[in-house]
Amino acid sequence: MKFKNILSKIIIYTIVISGALFSLLPFLWMISTSFKTQREAIQIPPTWIPKLFTLDAYKMVWTKISFPRYLYVSTVITVFTLLGVVLTSLLAAYAFSWFKFKGRETLFVSLLALMMVPIPVYVIPLFILVQYLGWLDTYYALIVPWSVNIFAIFLLRQHMRSIPKDLYDAAIIDGCGRLCFLFRIILPLIKPAVVTISIFNIIGSWNAFMWPLMVVNSNKMRPIQVGLAYFSQGESTNYPALMAASFIAILPLVILFFIAQKQIVASYAKSGLKG
Amino acid sequence: MKGLKAYIIPLLFLSPALLLLIVFRFFPILYAFLLSFQDWGIGGSKGFIGLLNYKWLLQDPFFWQSFWNTINYAIIAVPLSIIVSLFIASLLNKGLKALGLYRTIYFLPVITSMVAVSIIWKWMYDPQRGVFNYFLTLLGMHPLKWLEEPRGIIELIVGKELPYLIKGPSLALVSIAIMSVWKSMGYNIVIFLAGLKNIPDVYYEAAKIDGAGPWQRIKNVTLPLLSPTTFYVTIMTTIASLQIFAPIWLMTGPPPGGPLGRTSVVIYYLYQKGYEEYQVGYGTAIAFVFFLFILAITIFQKTVLEKKVYYEV
Repeated sequence: MKFKNILSKIIIYTIVISGALFSLLPFLWMISTSFKTQREAIQIPPTWIPKLFTLDAYKMVWTKISFPRYLYVSTVITVFTLLGVVLTSLLAAYAFSWFKFKGRETLFVSLLALMMVPIPVYVIPLFILVQYLGWLDTYYALIVPWSVNIFAIFLLRQHMRSIPKDLYDAAIIDGCGRLCFLFRIILPLIKPAVVTISIFNIIGSWNAFMWPLMVVNSNKMRPIQVGLAYFSQGESTNYPALMAASFIAILPLVILFFIAQKQIVASYAKSGLKG
Repeated sequence: MKGLKAYIIPLLFLSPALLLLIVFRFFPILYAFLLSFQDWGIGGSKGFIGLLNYKWLLQDPFFWQSFWNTINYAIIAVPLSIIVSLFIASLLNKGLKALGLYRTIYFLPVITSMVAVSIIWKWMYDPQRGVFNYFLTLLGMHPLKWLEEPRGIIELIVGKELPYLIKGPSLALVSIAIMSVWKSMGYNIVIFLAGLKNIPDVYYEAAKIDGAGPWQRIKNVTLPLLSPTTFYVTIMTTIASLQIFAPIWLMTGPPPGGPLGRTSVVIYYLYQKGYEEYQVGYGTAIAFVFFLFILAITIFQKTVLEKKVYYEV
């Protein structure tokens, strides 16, 4: 019995560790290649640790291509989209959970139905709309349409509904108005939900590809993913530079992930349970 | 007066979100529907043409090819992702040391951008210098053409040319499916782990007392009680798979969708027609057919699979 237990433990650990190595392998390969010379990168058999360690690929990506600019554009988009989503969702969720008005539930259900429509279904007319507004190649096109998020409204509403109603009366007696109540009293109480929607939004904006690819024409307005994609087409065989560029593109989120790993994983896990 | 006031204040709170949703969601969806009945190209609308876009679409071999590729892709990617993630999650649930560490590692690809991931994997799949073919030769196997292989996997297995419908997805498409399983695995593992943690130990103990072996416990306790989670994961993974786009743009071709159009998927075709070629009417018709298809699949999964879902009361 004991032997059988140890054996099954060994098998389980072997599978789990090999799976983890499989998950890490592409990242290790990316990092390894990014520090190689072009000649060593295409050498067979490949080396895992560069024999000739060089930062040339990073220097090239950083100075010759507009990577700092791409990072800046992506940061602006991420920050402003996040602010927009948090603000619009807080206000809307507040209306849905603290006011009683006729048609409230119908409106809410219609929003949920709207949420089910996948982006590709309306991406072309949205493009035409943005073109008509003269927003192509501007931050407006990249930020404004995504400053609202139905899932975020839904999640914040769920959390707000669990707050006891007497809290409002107490706040009013203390001379606190509706907005003061929302931002000074409710907001701290639903902080975990706000963190969750922020995480989803930061990851979503940073990694967005199809929409920015469509609405951006000039090099200087490219967010990091689009810049990286065009770079990969232009330099399709300069592997160290491609890997260095990919590494730079994922690094901000990887750092964020290691800082807030617990919250991030928990947010995704909970989003699944809600269904 | 009081009735009006009851609306004005909530409406003020709702207005930023509602305004954005009406302008950037509701209107484009409605507009898409109208556009799909028009001959809309460079220079704007040339008028309503009724159902002609849809008629052309049904006669368009490239559309059907992309449609068939998309279905083939989902048939490979969805079950593979679910089986692998469920398997790993159930092992992780056995009280391993350093569970958090494994979970973190498995989750890392989830937050990584599809663009970077596609570039890294394309390099690993490179037929001449890629690391995968290096591994294959180390194992004494023939190197593969991976993303450049138009032949179907069933053709590759039996070693001769087969009729179109039974070729199976091209190895190029399967290569992308493997990558997306790698990328989405961490997310599904985390969801499955949460589901597994929700199954109370008493059920396992009761089954044990009744003399159920490990396999019977999986079949009669774990799988039925986990079925709501599995159901959710199946629907989400299917919807995501049907919308695959970035890897096609980045990893296949040139031109993307190659070799021989064997990796062209519906959303890529939509992008190509509606955006690159600016055939807006035709593109939106593709969008609507695609939407109906997703809807049909989801309803099918809801009605057929949900019967098998065991909800605890």
